[in-house]
Order: sequence, then C-alpha cells, then structure tokens
Amino acid sequence: MADLQSVILNARALERTLSRMADEIVERNDGTDGLMLVGIQRRGVHVAERIARVIAAREGVEVTRGALDITLYRDDLQTVGPRPVVGRTEIPGTIDGKHVIIVDDVLYTGRTVRAALNELADFGRPARVGLAVVVDRGGRELPIQPDVVGKHVEVPAGGRVDVFVTELDGRDEVVVAGAPRA
Amino acid sequence: MTSPLGKDLLGLERLTSEQISLILDTAEPLREISERAIKKVPTLRGATVVNLFFEASTRTRISFEFAEKRMSADTVNVAAAGSSISKGETLVDTARNLEAMKIDMVVIRHGSSGAAHFLAERIQSNVINAGDGTHEHPTQGLLDLLTLRQRWGSLQGRRVCICGDVLHSRVARSNIWGLKKLGAEVAVCGPRSLLPNAVGEMGVTVFDRIEQAIEWADALNVLRLQLERMESGYIPSLREYNRVFGVTRERLERAPKDILIMHPGPMNRGVEIDSDVADGPHSVILDQVTNGVAVRMAVLYLLAGNSPKLADAAKGTV
Repeated sequence: MADLQSVILNARALERTLSRMADEIVERNDGTDGLMLVGIQRRGVHVAERIARVIAAREGVEVTRGALDITLYRDDLQTVGPRPVVGRTEIPGTIDGKHVIIVDDVLYTGRTVRAALNELADFGRPARVGLAVVVDRGGRELPIQPDVVGKHVEVPAGGRVDVFVTELDGRDEVVVAGAPRA
Repeated sequence: MTSPLGKDLLGLERLTSEQISLILDTAEPLREISERAIKKVPTLRGATVVNLFFEASTRTRISFEFAEKRMSADTVNVAAAGSSISKGETLVDTARNLEAMKIDMVVIRHGSSGAAHFLAERIQSNVINAGDGTHEHPTQGLLDLLTLRQRWGSLQGRRVCICGDVLHSRVARSNIWGLKKLGAEVAVCGPRSLLPNAVGEMGVTVFDRIEQAIEWADALNVLRLQLERMESGYIPSLREYNRVFGVTRERLERAPKDILIMHPGPMNRGVEIDSDVADGPHSVILDQVTNGVAVRMAVLYLLAGNSPKLADAAKGTV
C-alpha cells in the first residue's frame, strides 16, 4: 500500500518550464501591454512571481502582479470541517480592460479556477482572462481549460501532485504521488 | 475535528488566546473586501441573520449589518420598540418564533447581563453577543485588539489603560479579558465610584489619576461617560470630570512616549476626551470603526453553520 512517488520536474526542469510559460504568456498577449499576472494563494502567487521575473529579464518590463485568495468563494464551505484559513487578496489598480492571466500551481477539478473567475469579476471587467498552470493533472469537473501549461500528466483520483517552491518549501520540485495500489 | 470557535460568540472570557488570534488573523485579510468596487463575497449566501436589538445602537448595529451584507447573508433587523417585544413577549418566545421561520444566526444586544448566553442555550442558531448589560461586548473587544495589533504587531508586554466608567462598561470587561490573554498589561483609571469594587481581582493595575495612567500606558482606551450616571450621583459634574479625568492635549504632551488613543464611541467631546485628542495624530478611533466591520465578518465566517453538537464538543475541550 506504499505511495509511489516520482519527481516529474526537478529544479532545473521547473526553471525551464517557467521560462517557457513566461514566453508563451508574452507571445499570446503580443507583448506585455495591459498584461497582469494574478496568482492564486498560496503557491500560485509564487509561481506568478517567478514568471514575472523571467518576463522582466527578457522584456525589461515589470508586469503588474496580483494575488487572489479564493477561500470565501469556495463551493464546499458548507461541507468542509473547520473553516479554512483566509489569505490575502491584493489586486493593484484596476483590472478593467487588462489581459489578466490567472496563475496556479496545479489544475485539477477546475473548482478553484471557477472561484477565481467569480472573485475576479468582483474587481471589474478585464478585456480577456487566461489561465496558466504549472501542472495540468486532468480530472476536470467543470468546463475549464488552461491556456498555458507547464506539464501535462494524468493522475488518477486519489493521487497527488505537489509543486514545491523554494519560497515556501525550501526546494523547487514537482512530485507526483500515485494512488495507493491495492 | 471540532470547530475552532463552537456555536456561539458570547464573550472573550471563555475564549483561548488561540481562538482570539484565529479571529484576528481571519479579520485581517477581510478588511480588503470593503475596499473593493463590489464590496461583497458570496460566502454566506443563503444564510439568514437576525439582528435582535433590545437596546439602542447605531455603530454596532450598522457595523454588523455591513458585515453580514458584505458576506452575502440575508439580514432582518428587529428593534425592541415597535415589535411584539413591546407587547410583553419574552426573549425566548421571540427567538423561537424567529427560529421557526428558519434563521441561521442571531446577533443580540440586550440590557441584561447574560441574555446572549441564556438565548444561546435555548436555540439552535448561532448566537453572537453584541453587548449584554454590563457583562461583555466581545466584538468591540476584538476590534480593539485588532487595532492595537496592527499598530504594534504583537500585544505582548504592551500596556493598555482603560479610562472612565469601568463599572458599567461591557467594553471594559471584554477588553480586559482579551488584552490579558494576548499578553498585554492592563490598567484602569477613573473615579473610584465608577470602578468595580473587585477590580483588583481581574488582575489589573488601578490608577486614581489620569496623569499616572498617561505616564504608564502605550495606549489609552477612553470609555464613554454614560451621561445618565451623573444624574444618579456617580460623579459631581461633567466639567469636574473633564478637569480631573479628561484626556486632553496638554496632558498627552507631557507623556514620555507616543500613546495610541482609542474610544469605542459615541464620544462626549469635551467630557472624557477633547476634540484635539480625538482628531489628533495619535487617535486610532476611525481605524477601530473600520476594523469593526472586518472583525464581525470574521466572526460570522467562523461561526456560520457550526451546529450545537460541535459547540458541545468544543466545550468539552475547554
């Protein structure tokens, strides 16, 4: 019944992946004008920060960044046990007319992104909203698809995907822990 | 796993420092919601909250109502005057009738100490005490703690003096419990006639002169002098009170360090506090009001949906 763990991206590979994601984001936006990266608390915020650093190095532009905590928009608050801790939401300036890229570490059911879209709508009306994730693990429960993906990996329900970032975890690594085998 | 707060918020005396910190930590990020273009999150959609106010209140009632609406709860206000309460209906009957209409939470202010507790034991809904007699006013205590914590980072070892009519003040009681639990030193200052006889037993320092309090404190929480007290002989006159206990600019200028000035409102300018001070650079009175909405949102969020069963379990762990 042991968990099968495998590293699917090591630190170097994660760095390359984030660089490519940064390029794709800039390419899709045709530059950095009106671009805004909004990370979902907590790891998405750090991923957005890394991507912004790559963009700054390549394009010489500091892209506007924001952070969303979607706790208050969750659809399962009635059923989860103790109330989840609420984090900080910070949207600098206006999002009206901007090209907002929602950034998260792992895309799974799509429920977090649904909540993020609803929350974003309470701040204004962006010209366009995109979604960038480090790992798309499949298993969607809502009609939500990413625009920029670091890595696709099919992980069955019961399995885990963890994106570790130095800022929070002391190391850069993406690990898949398989569903326990019978 | 039990709920961190249980079913009700009745006072700060029974809460642990961890529970108080949880409420403050939750309130902190919620302040941002009131800065948004659309000041609303969907968290309490479908929940019905009744604001049951048996005593006059502007600030607290409006603050609760903003908090409820910004969390998307549906709200109903019941004031004692003009309701069947004025026809002699008992508190429990009023609440049971409301509950029969399927409500989820009750915010109650009542002139009798213990009213919120009494109600909480008899209905299924979550009960939040918005002030009961001279007992407690927990959300006011929490917003005062949040205001100080924002300025200082931590309350550990800080000195707070509560000035004025401590005897009749539920704000004072909630403050004393909350401040001490978070590690602050607490003093009270006021005429002996307005301090409880057993004030020493609450573990606070007593100052008879406001000058001593100012020399000692990092913050003053200046209570409203309830004017009806003068008629009942607790103090000789308002002018006399201001001369001896008023927090004035001249007195603050002699303080050895900068002191934060708080007031739970409504203020009697020129009695317990001078306008120069209330509107001055050390006043955090309007921060208190802003924080009040956030703290109440946090309490609503943390209590909503917690069942009596959870509350019993929580009591077992205290």
